[in-house]
Amino acid sequence: MNRKTIFISVAGILILAFVMASLIYKNHQSGLKGASGGRNQSVVERQGAPIKGPVDAKVTIVEFFDPACGTCADFYPLVKKLIDQYPGKVRVMMRYAPLHQGSDEVVKMLEAAHLQGKFFPALELLFNNQRRWIVNHVSQPTRAQGILNGMALNHKELTVDMNGPVVTQAIQQDIKDGQALTISATPEFFVNGQPLPSFGYQQLSQLVKQAVDKAY
Amino acid sequence: MSSKDVNEAIWSGWSVLFAAWVLVTTATLGSLFFSEVMDVPVCVLCWYQRIAMYPLVLILAIGLLPYDPKVIRYAAAMAGAGWLLALYHVLLVAGIIPESAQPCVQGIPCSETHISILGFLNIPTLSLLIFTLIGVLLFYTHRMESS
Repeated sequence: MNRKTIFISVAGILILAFVMASLIYKNHQSGLKGASGGRNQSVVERQGAPIKGPVDAKVTIVEFFDPACGTCADFYPLVKKLIDQYPGKVRVMMRYAPLHQGSDEVVKMLEAAHLQGKFFPALELLFNNQRRWIVNHVSQPTRAQGILNGMALNHKELTVDMNGPVVTQAIQQDIKDGQALTISATPEFFVNGQPLPSFGYQQLSQLVKQAVDKAY
Repeated sequence: MSSKDVNEAIWSGWSVLFAAWVLVTTATLGSLFFSEVMDVPVCVLCWYQRIAMYPLVLILAIGLLPYDPKVIRYAAAMAGAGWLLALYHVLLVAGIIPESAQPCVQGIPCSETHISILGFLNIPTLSLLIFTLIGVLLFYTHRMESS
């Protein structure tokens, strides 16, 4: 057989194998996702986690996030927009997935702020100032603390709560559930327990629209 | 050497180089499968190794059609660089090089591995293994050419 023929046919076989494997994997994966959706509601949501939007909304977006994640900060206004777009029907629950180095300390501050009812102002402050407290993709907890110091909070209480059992337990639960849901990147969204078919704002708003149509 | 022997020698040199090409192409598609299909995050060190691996698919292909043994020199330089990076990565994962020395982004420490095949083959080890094999194949082709 001619070398060129050998080369081209082997190249073809390799590419074909890649395409086939991708299709089989994607198929298998979407089957798994469909099967696990809904059933995992208790893992997806946590009682007491910070919620924005009306309490009695029938559509809940659960977002696993890292305060140091740039994409999470980018998505934040979009998620808020979704709540406004369907007044009274959609709420968002924030859960911690501190994947960045140093973020574990920062989520403690957020959860401690949550105990004072200031989770969202604190989160917005941190998201808006990410450049000031994240250096080379590593969270600098002392800098984050410095930024939060400018906020109207009971700082003494915050420091105590940060290492208290309530905060620790909430974060541990989030990390544990995140692992159970195999979250390896942030943000990760679930709409009424249903994961996004693929990542993207379009997909999120689509899924929310479907959920709203179904629930109301 | 008769012309038939010469022909056979070229044939086999070509075949070994071709085997190296199949290897790098499989490795390239495999790594793309991990990152693009399975959504495994890619750390900086993995990217550096990819930089050494991906061009080999084209460089070796050019050296195969038509057969040009000089390609071994160019390919060996890439493979050598990739091998060193893979070795560094494996030592990092093994904990021999301290954590503080790792250049990483986006919360994907290079010292963390995501996939293990047969329980011991993680991606960095696989990368080192492949770069080693490429080196062996290139060296073998070189020997066949110079004899």
